[in-house]
Order: sequence, then structure tokens, then C-alpha cells
Amino acid sequence: MPAGPRAMVFALVILLLPPLVRAAELNDTPPSTERASMDTGVPSPGIPRGQGEHCVADTQFMRRNHMTLLMHQRDETVRLGVRGNQYSLQECINCHVVEDAEARPVTITNPQHFCRSCHDYAAVKIDCFECHASRPQAELVAGVLEE
Amino acid sequence: MGMEVRTTYREISGRSPQFYTLGVIMGTFFLLGLASVAYVEHAGHHVTGGSNQIVWGIPDVFAMLLIVSASGALNVAIISSVFRVKLYQPLERLSCLLAIGLLIGGLMILILDLGRSDRVIVAMLNRNFKSIFAWNFYLYTGFIAIVTVYLWTQMEPRMNRYIPAAGLFAFGWRLALTTGSGSIYGVLIAREAYNSAIMGPLFIAMSFSFGLAVYILVLLAACKGSGREIGSVLLRRLARLLGVFIVVVLYFTAVQHLTNLYAAGRGGVEHFILFDGGLYSLLFWGGQVFLGGLVPLVLLFRSSRGGLYPAGRTVALAAALVLTGAFAQLYVIIIGGQAWPLTLFPGMEVSSSFFDGEIAAYTPSLPEIGLGLGGVALAGLVVLFGTRLLRFLPTTLANSVLDPQPTAPAENS
Amino acid sequence: MSGNTNKLDAPTGFDPVRRKFLSAVTAATGVALAPGVMLYGITRPSPATANVANEAVANAARWGMLIDVGRCADGCDACVSACVEENGLEGHGRPATDAQWIRKVEIRNPSTGRRQSLPVMCQHCAEPPCVDVCPTGASFKRADGIVLVDKHRCIGCRYCMMACPYKARSFIAEDLEDQKPHAPRGKGTVEGCTLCVHRVDAGRQPACVEACGDSGGGAMLFGDLQDPQSEISRRVASHATRQIRADLGLDPGVRYQNL
Repeated sequence: MPAGPRAMVFALVILLLPPLVRAAELNDTPPSTERASMDTGVPSPGIPRGQGEHCVADTQFMRRNHMTLLMHQRDETVRLGVRGNQYSLQECINCHVVEDAEARPVTITNPQHFCRSCHDYAAVKIDCFECHASRPQAELVAGVLEE
Repeated sequence: MGMEVRTTYREISGRSPQFYTLGVIMGTFFLLGLASVAYVEHAGHHVTGGSNQIVWGIPDVFAMLLIVSASGALNVAIISSVFRVKLYQPLERLSCLLAIGLLIGGLMILILDLGRSDRVIVAMLNRNFKSIFAWNFYLYTGFIAIVTVYLWTQMEPRMNRYIPAAGLFAFGWRLALTTGSGSIYGVLIAREAYNSAIMGPLFIAMSFSFGLAVYILVLLAACKGSGREIGSVLLRRLARLLGVFIVVVLYFTAVQHLTNLYAAGRGGVEHFILFDGGLYSLLFWGGQVFLGGLVPLVLLFRSSRGGLYPAGRTVALAAALVLTGAFAQLYVIIIGGQAWPLTLFPGMEVSSSFFDGEIAAYTPSLPEIGLGLGGVALAGLVVLFGTRLLRFLPTTLANSVLDPQPTAPAENS
Repeated sequence: MSGNTNKLDAPTGFDPVRRKFLSAVTAATGVALAPGVMLYGITRPSPATANVANEAVANAARWGMLIDVGRCADGCDACVSACVEENGLEGHGRPATDAQWIRKVEIRNPSTGRRQSLPVMCQHCAEPPCVDVCPTGASFKRADGIVLVDKHRCIGCRYCMMACPYKARSFIAEDLEDQKPHAPRGKGTVEGCTLCVHRVDAGRQPACVEACGDSGGGAMLFGDLQDPQSEISRRVASHATRQIRADLGLDPGVRYQNL
């Protein structure tokens, strides 16, 4: 095939594979990132597991909608004073802690940070942590800090 | 009715050494401006001369100068199309281009001086219409759109009959824009130096004067650079018009300060600006009043009194002096007004760790000057490439073309 | 005469350059979109669980402070230290640009020579000029009277800093890290005293008030100005108190006694 049409076929394959993969899955088993990477050949993000049993909503919902929750909940908190455990950013950070080799929680400057593990992959820049602390406070108070 | 002036417009050749030199110089300053922004954005505003006391510095002075001049540069076109002065009709297109260029330059500085310039989208989507800033955002961007339409009515022969209507609309918009710019400062109850309703009219007067000065300089440079003649009749009219505008600005300045001096509470800040302020007083009297007001006034009216016709050099010098005074005036208003401490306890002496009661110090930093000059350079690039790409500049403004009843021109140096 | 001649006069029919360009662009777009599409493809949405959270604040309360200047000692800065500690306002050695949410102001009457010192912070006005001038609405007044900066919306224009008669706001001029989780603050935005809104919402008192009571002169009192039974309301009803620059008509929520 000449070069141009070949490139177009390649692009179509890339675009159509994920829906095909999903269609082939069993309905009650959510796909894992590892299986998806085996099938499509696109490298997958290594998203570390959070602490605790589960997140405030199930993983698939959070993966798709966490940005919407953040955008709306923050207005409710700041402007209306609605503070609650359910969608509190502090609680998110408290659970989704990643520790480095010396068992200290990493900040957003470290690529291992929970948010960065996926956001670096998707190349979506976030600026939450220009203002918000990116690791739990208890560690700050105890004086255990990354340099 | 008089003869119709059929003007031919032509692009500049864009091949002269002056063109390339100007392009390179302005391009360099523009890139330096962007580099300054990148530096300040990365390091934070602590590398500028600004502080919690003086929050708006040199970039804002440049931006206000560009924006006020932008609305004033449009005046020449408006005099032609709204006030039907045929002598200025060939000048319309360049006037619109210059207005757009200056406003783009000023807007660039304002946006890049924000602490979070990346949030301009947020600014566009969330508006608080009690804020003059919010109004100004629409006034500035709307100005660019409206002047573009106005320009189109001039350049598209089938739309020529809409020129007066477009010009009238642009005139109203430009008055609102300049009043809004002055009101940014006028509505601040906290700042004694300029909390006054006169700031709007003062800025209108400034726009007339500064805009015409910039226009004259650009017109003279463009015609000289591309070898096109400017007739002495037109030059004399422009010179005298500029002189009138200078007087109006001096008048409003006088009214502003005299009324402030009369109010007992404002005596402190007025004495600061006028007498005790060191640099600010020097800029006010030496820069604004003398160099920017009296000297060009004398130059312009002496060289054009009676039947005399001023030389291009004289008018250009006067215009340049007006702009020097303009810079001084805006520096005194914007920065001098912030240097004066806020009065928390009238009549008391105060001091604190937050510099209460102290006159704030400000030294412009290189990145700030870089940003300001970058905005000026952008305005210049818009005009330079505009006149190269499209037909803005008339081929000639000679007396024989503009003024069919010849009056003997006598050169005055 | 005014029309441009078409320099790129391509022959009708097959144009190999254009075809290659379109193919390359499509391929590039596909490759760029692939990771995001894959991520989207491996998730499946399900409805969220119910939101269990506090109620929104209403205007049933108006928070205010009463400061007894007579009890404010000259060299004491317990309130300032407490605010710095609580909100993570460590300085950078640059007093001109470092943030100050509360400061001690020393006043001297030039005719009588009498000296006083008092803390000044954001006055949480009922008619805040900072709210009026903010172009994005980032500076806002909460229903319970606390004036805040919504840093999600702040573009850093500093107009509120120009407008505030009390010089209450500061502009963050450098990168910050390890902010206090309850007091987010970031470069390029404007900030000011939040009346420790995170504490107030939890039913506690602002840090400065607490510190003044613990180790200062006990000069600061915090409470609900709209509740006639609260101590602050009873005190302002029975003692002479004043606001700073009351002539401006802003009705600040911070009042001063014995000033």
C-alpha cells in the first residue's frame, strides 16, 4: 500500500481497537489496565492503588468523572461552605498517598505521585497543586518532609 | 460641495532597508517582551519591582498609554467620516490600523501582566459586571472588532456608504472605552490620588492628545520611509489640532489637581504629587506640564501662526514630546497614586510591618520594562506589516491633491 | 485589480502533495488521540453514591470580631504569629512582597502624643469594594459575611488590592510548596485573611483570636453579630465601638473598642 493510505489504516486501527476490546469483555468484570495494554499495544499508565478498601465511588466512575466532581465540589466548598468527607480533596489526598523509597509521601513534583501517574500519561496538565498541598498533612506536622 | 478627493492607496514596498531594520528591531523587542513574561511567570512576580504596596507597575503604564492612544488614534478617521472633514479623508485607513495595533499591544501587556495569564479563559467565562475591569474586557475586544468592521466599510467600495454610520458607532464605543479606562482608577474609594469622577473625562482628553501625537509620528515616519509626500496644508492642520488637544489636557489636569487641593482631606496626597514627591513631582512638572505640555504647545503654535507652515521635523518633535509627557503623566497617576499610603486613621501617624503610613518605593525592573516595550513593539509590528500587506497608506498627501484651492505653502523651519 | 492571483493554481484532479498531507495529519491525530481514547475505553461509568456533606452556609449568621485596643499590648504579636502558623505564611525574607494577612499597626496621635497598637486584617466588609471590582467574581462575600478569594477563579489582576482601603490583600509572588491543606495558596493569585473559615466552619475560633486569648492580652473576641445573645453582640450594644474608616460606608465586620 502506498504511504498515505497505510497511515490512515494505522490510525483507524488505533482508534477502533479499544471499543472492540471492550465489546469482547465479560460484562461483570471491569477491564484491568494490564489486559488492555496486552490487547492494544498502547502502553498503559501504572496507576498505584490507594489506601483503604475503596474510593468514594467505584473506580470506573472515578476514572471518567473525577474531574467533574472536582470542578463542581470545589465551588460548593469555597462559595457555599459545604464541607464533607465524601468529596473532600484532603481526603482524596490522604487516601491516594504514594510513598517513595524512604517511605515518605511524594509531592506532585515526583512523577510517582498518584495524580501524575495518569495525568502524565494522558498529557493533561493540572494546576490543582499550585495551591493545594499534594500530600497529607499529618506527615507535614510530624516533620517528615521530602527535600 | 467641493471636489471629491479620489485617493489612491498602495502598500508599502517592504523592501527598503528601513523596513527591514524596523522589522528586526521591533521583532527583537517583541521577543524580549515574551522572554520577560516567561521569566516572571516562572519565577513569580517577586522578581519585578512590584510589591504589595505598588501592585501595578511599569507594564500598566505602558498598557494604559497604548490603550488610551489607541482610542485617540481612531479620532483622525472619525473626524473624517463623522465630522465630514474632507481633508482628513485619506488618513482614515491608517488611523483605523493604528488604533487596532495600539490596542492589541496594550491588551497583550495587560493579559501577560496578570498573575495567572493562563486563566484568561476563566476570565472570559466568569464575569462580574459590577467591575469596570469586566466591562473593559469587552470594550477592548469589541473595539478591535468594531474598528475592523469600520475599516472594512472603508476598504470595500460597496460598503462605503456605511462609513459614517460605522464611524459614529466606533466613536461612541471609543468614548465608552476611554471613560472606562479612566474609571478603573476613578472608582477606587481607597486611593485618594484619583478617586474622582474627573478621571473619565481626563482620560478622554488624554486620548485625543496622545492618540493624535502617535498618529502624526506614524504618518510622518511611514510617508518619509516610503517616499510619499505630505502636504504642508495637512501638516499645519494636524499640528494645530494637536496644540488644541494639549491645551485641553492641561485644562483637565488643572481642574483635577485644583479641586483635589481644595478638599482638605486630599491635601496630603496633592502636596505629595505636586511638591514633595521627589520623582513624581519632577515627572509632573518637568515631564507632564513642561515637556509634554508647554514646550510642544509653543513649538506647534509658533510654527503655524499666521500663514506659516510648520516643518515635518518640528511637528514630529512636538509629537514626541507630547508622548514623553504622556508617559510621565501616566507614571504619576498610576504609580504615584499607589505610592501614597492608604489612610486608615485620618490625622494619625501610623507604622507597621506592612508598610502602613510609608510612601512606597518602586524601581522598575528589567522584565517589566521588557514587557512594556514588547507591547509597543507588537503595536509597531501590526502597523508595519499591515501597511505592507494591505492598502492603508495613501500614495500622496500633497497639497495639490488635498487642497484644490492652492494657498502658497511657505516652509518654516 | 484588487484580487490576488492564485499562486497555488493546482490542476484539477489528483494532487499527491495534498493527499500525503491529509494522510499524515489523520495519522498524527490518530496517534495523538489513541492514549486518551484507550483510557476512555477501559472505563465504564456507574451512578455515584449519595453525597453526604454539610449544608451550605446561610445568612443566618454574620461573623465579626471585636478588638479591645486597650488590652492590646505594644510589643505583643501573638495574633500575627498564630496566623502565620495556621495558614502557612512563612516569609521569604522579602518584606515588600511577603504575604501579611494580619499586622500590628502602631498609631501615634501627633497632637497629643498618645500611642496605641492594634491588629488590622481584612475587615470583612458588608459592602466590600474588593468584591465590586473583581472582574471574575473571584473575590466574593459568603452568605455568612466572610469575604474570601476563590483562587480557582482568581486571575491575579490585583485590582482588589488597589480597591481595598485597608490594604488587606497580598499577592503571592513566588512558587509555594507544602501549603497547609486547609489553607491552599498559590503563585499568581491574591489572598487575604479568611477569618479562618476552615475553623469557623468546624465551629472553632480564628487562630488569632485563640492565640490572643491564650497568650496575648485577651483583646480579641469573635462571634455572630446577628445573634443578639452572643457575647460580641451584647458587647457592641453596650460599649462604644467603632470601625476603621467608617466614613467610607463599607460596614466592616471588625469593630474596635477603646480606639
